[in-house]
Amino acid sequence: MNGVVNTAADMAPIHSPSIAYVALLPMLIMLGVACAGVLIEAFTSRATRMLIQAPLAMAGCVAALITVIVIRNKHVATAAGAVAIDGPTLFLEGSLAVLGLISILLVAERKVDAGGSALVSQAALAVGSSRDRAQATATRVQTEAYPLITFALSGMMLFPASNNLLLMFVSLEVLSLPLYLLTGLARRRRLLSQEAAVKYFLLGAFASAFFLYGLAMLYGYAGTVNLHGIFAASSGTNKGDSLLLLGFGLLVVGLLFKGSVAPFHTWTPDVYQGAPTPITGFMAACTKVAAFGAMLRVFYVAFGSTSWDWRPIMWGVAIISMLVGAIFGLTQTDVKRLLAYSSIAHAGFLLVGVMSLSPAGLSSTMFYLLTYAFATLGAFGVVTLVRTSTGEATHLSQWAGLAKRSPLLAGVFTIFLLSFAGVPLTAGFIGKFVIFRAGIDAGLGTLVVIALVASAIAAFFYLRIVVLMYFSDPPEDGPTVAVPGWPTQVALAVTAAATIFLGIFPQSILDVADKAAHFVS
Amino acid sequence: MSGYWLIALGAIPLVGALIVALLPEGRDEQAKQITLGTSLVALVVAIIAAAQFKPNGARFQGNLSWTWIRAFGVSFAVGVDGIALVMVLLIAVLVPVVVIASWNDETPGNRSPRAFFGWLLALEVMMVGVFVATDVFLFYVFFEAMLVPMYFLIGSFGGPRRQYAAMKFFLYSLLGGLIMLAAVITLYFASPTHSFAFMKLVGTVDPGYQKLLFFGFFIAFAIKAPLVPFHTWLPDAGAEAPIGGAVLLVGVLDKVGTFGFLRYCLPLFPDASRYFAPMVLILSVIGIIYGAIVAVGQRDMKRLVAYTSIAHFGFIGLGIFAFTTQGGSGAVLYMVNHGLSTGMLFIAVGILITRGKSRLIGDYGGVASVTPWLSGVFLFAGLSSLALPGLSTFVSEFLTLVGTFTVHKVYAILATIGIIFAALYVLWMYQRLFHGPKGEKVGRWRDLSGREAWAIGPLLVLIVFLGVYPKPILSVINPAVKATMQDVGKTDPAPTAGSAAK
Repeated sequence: MNGVVNTAADMAPIHSPSIAYVALLPMLIMLGVACAGVLIEAFTSRATRMLIQAPLAMAGCVAALITVIVIRNKHVATAAGAVAIDGPTLFLEGSLAVLGLISILLVAERKVDAGGSALVSQAALAVGSSRDRAQATATRVQTEAYPLITFALSGMMLFPASNNLLLMFVSLEVLSLPLYLLTGLARRRRLLSQEAAVKYFLLGAFASAFFLYGLAMLYGYAGTVNLHGIFAASSGTNKGDSLLLLGFGLLVVGLLFKGSVAPFHTWTPDVYQGAPTPITGFMAACTKVAAFGAMLRVFYVAFGSTSWDWRPIMWGVAIISMLVGAIFGLTQTDVKRLLAYSSIAHAGFLLVGVMSLSPAGLSSTMFYLLTYAFATLGAFGVVTLVRTSTGEATHLSQWAGLAKRSPLLAGVFTIFLLSFAGVPLTAGFIGKFVIFRAGIDAGLGTLVVIALVASAIAAFFYLRIVVLMYFSDPPEDGPTVAVPGWPTQVALAVTAAATIFLGIFPQSILDVADKAAHFVS
Repeated sequence: MSGYWLIALGAIPLVGALIVALLPEGRDEQAKQITLGTSLVALVVAIIAAAQFKPNGARFQGNLSWTWIRAFGVSFAVGVDGIALVMVLLIAVLVPVVVIASWNDETPGNRSPRAFFGWLLALEVMMVGVFVATDVFLFYVFFEAMLVPMYFLIGSFGGPRRQYAAMKFFLYSLLGGLIMLAAVITLYFASPTHSFAFMKLVGTVDPGYQKLLFFGFFIAFAIKAPLVPFHTWLPDAGAEAPIGGAVLLVGVLDKVGTFGFLRYCLPLFPDASRYFAPMVLILSVIGIIYGAIVAVGQRDMKRLVAYTSIAHFGFIGLGIFAFTTQGGSGAVLYMVNHGLSTGMLFIAVGILITRGKSRLIGDYGGVASVTPWLSGVFLFAGLSSLALPGLSTFVSEFLTLVGTFTVHKVYAILATIGIIFAALYVLWMYQRLFHGPKGEKVGRWRDLSGREAWAIGPLLVLIVFLGVYPKPILSVINPAVKATMQDVGKTDPAPTAGSAAK
């Protein structure tokens, strides 16, 4: 008896932490929409689902964006300090809402594929079985992609907001699992798609394990999983820091994997190629934003004082990523794989901003993410439209002479490519300018020069596509350019306009990013 | 002079380009008319602007500035000094000439000439922008964006190896441009003014940074100019570009490189300029001799003209980095005259190619007996290219050499070897093309048409006029060059100062 009483007396009462619901609203909206989507999927008729799932998901994004704008000055650390709602969080949430909306538009396109959607209705059927062959010609369309996307988006929004490594891990999984599924949903080239999904899942699981392992090490070092706690433990002590560095390394591997930074990039080309193209666009744009958002928080908040220890390693990683992306990109013959290597090279450029560890580095990374994501979404949107009878024509040789067939489409794609290459008057140039400026200011001059050389190499393969589209003659049995419905038209128009607008009048967004560039303490 | 004339000079072709781009398919004739009209209006505007320019007034005139990207301290700032003004005039003259010369050009694979003329006007916008920008960032934007129209002009409308040439051109320039971008960003931090405005930056750049920054800018400009050994893209681009594109490429685009030396490298990084000057002088001399020798050996007319330009750019580099007012003025005048004379030579070559359908010199022979007028024009253009006394190019070459000789005798003497080779390549080409036995292909060709005469005529008149009376141009250039030499901290050696320039 005595012992029991003692235990009860020793036990501290558990207080549930206060939660600033208003500040969390954008994420909660996305989560709510995702849950509602699942319920709709379960309980309503096919016709109803077709009618409301896409608009619901879009409305969720719009609502999240509006909420972000309304609460833009609300900076708090809530849920016992586990979630930080601050400038970077809100900026990235807003970006994700916009980019998610554009992705959903691309997914919602019904006119381009003869089957009525880029996504397959029954992904689990064995490839090559009679039922699978039957569904290749059928026009059945499922809507489970929308809840999956909104779940992923809510995870992405929480990921860079997590001020606590455990929560960060949870959100990592929330964003990853739907993506693994979505990867396997391609309507055409099913085998490639399933292979990509399995590959992504296995490697992703490995990366998550690394992250978790690193988390454990850091807990062992600091006695807390809170980022500020790790910062406090690592600054100004004479503790042996092998656990810290080991934990940092493992944790960062998980993050670099998600950001498709070389040498943790091997999944990227295969998954980008295998996944349904609208989903590839979604992954390439939104996952990048979320992963680099999380990296920013981890580096700036937890490891700001130990930059002497990790900077040399990250130097190497950044250089490898830029060069791998730029050089391997040269040899690609598939548009989607080429864009994948481009994404790896851009990840290297983004690391320059992350490593700067300055407000300018923070704001420039966020701005760069936005410019990159717009161009990427647009580019994959264009890829969905160039088709043969069996699906998308992604082989580069099929793109020859495209400008003759469809000058408008080729022109739009050229805008995105020039933006990737960083030619002035496109958003990509301003993005490169701000991020390299931050890098030079932070003493990373040599890295910036290497980045510029890598950009010049990468420009070669972007230009190769322009050359093909404009200066080559189209092949006899070339692909056709599908006439898209309004969703894709809107998506392409918005991304192209944003790419030009941010290239000429970047001031407004730069202001927003500059204002947002400090983490709540 | 009001800066709005400069804005108009950029805006008019921009509007023209948009109209041409929006024309419905098949309206090729209208596209040509609109392009010609637009470029002529731009010429008138340029002449008005030049007439209002006061040679002995402020160094920069027509200054206008609006904040563009506050976060970077970047302004949309325009204004011209004497050097920029004459370059803008050169652009305004060359574009209508090019439009007339390209009027009936055949396009490969039946591409629409509409696009050609649209890109041409877009190129004019960018070229004007490069020369009137007084903000380093704005200059950089135009410097890079200028590649895009030229890339499409070469790649879509060029010769058989146009894809290769366009790609090489773009990548070379982009690589140089990106290195310059690093320097532009560093420039912002290297000056306590934290500004990109040219006039604020002069004389404030930390000497510790100057060598590095000079190098960043220099590489970009040396590729653009091009100086040996950064020149290998030019023969390909010049040979494959359509004639109109080639005229603007060699006549104006490449001058952005030498203009960049004068406007940015010298005033912003005076210490580094003095430090690196011997290197640049040697490269220039090598360029003069190498370009001339290689030109002698060319069998392709367009490649030959491109190589002669490499030699000519050597002279310009020599004049600039001699750091004398005569040399500098000679170099600027050389930039103008080279644009006129090489432009004329390219156009003459282009006319010959439309007759013979071949770029190889060996396919011709005895053409003079068929087309005497063309032969005369060709000879005139060639003589102007080798700087015959009485023609404008002589004045500039002479000034450049005298300006160099007063301080660097050896280089000047070596450079004169280039003049001998110039006579060789020009006259030998002329001889093989127009005299001797008739080539197999040479048939009953038409002599110069009225349109072709209109393309050539203005250049011919200007070359003769400026050869006899260069003072109007020199009086505009001299103060700007003097100011530049002051920036770089060099004064002319006493006995020769300014005497020959008058």
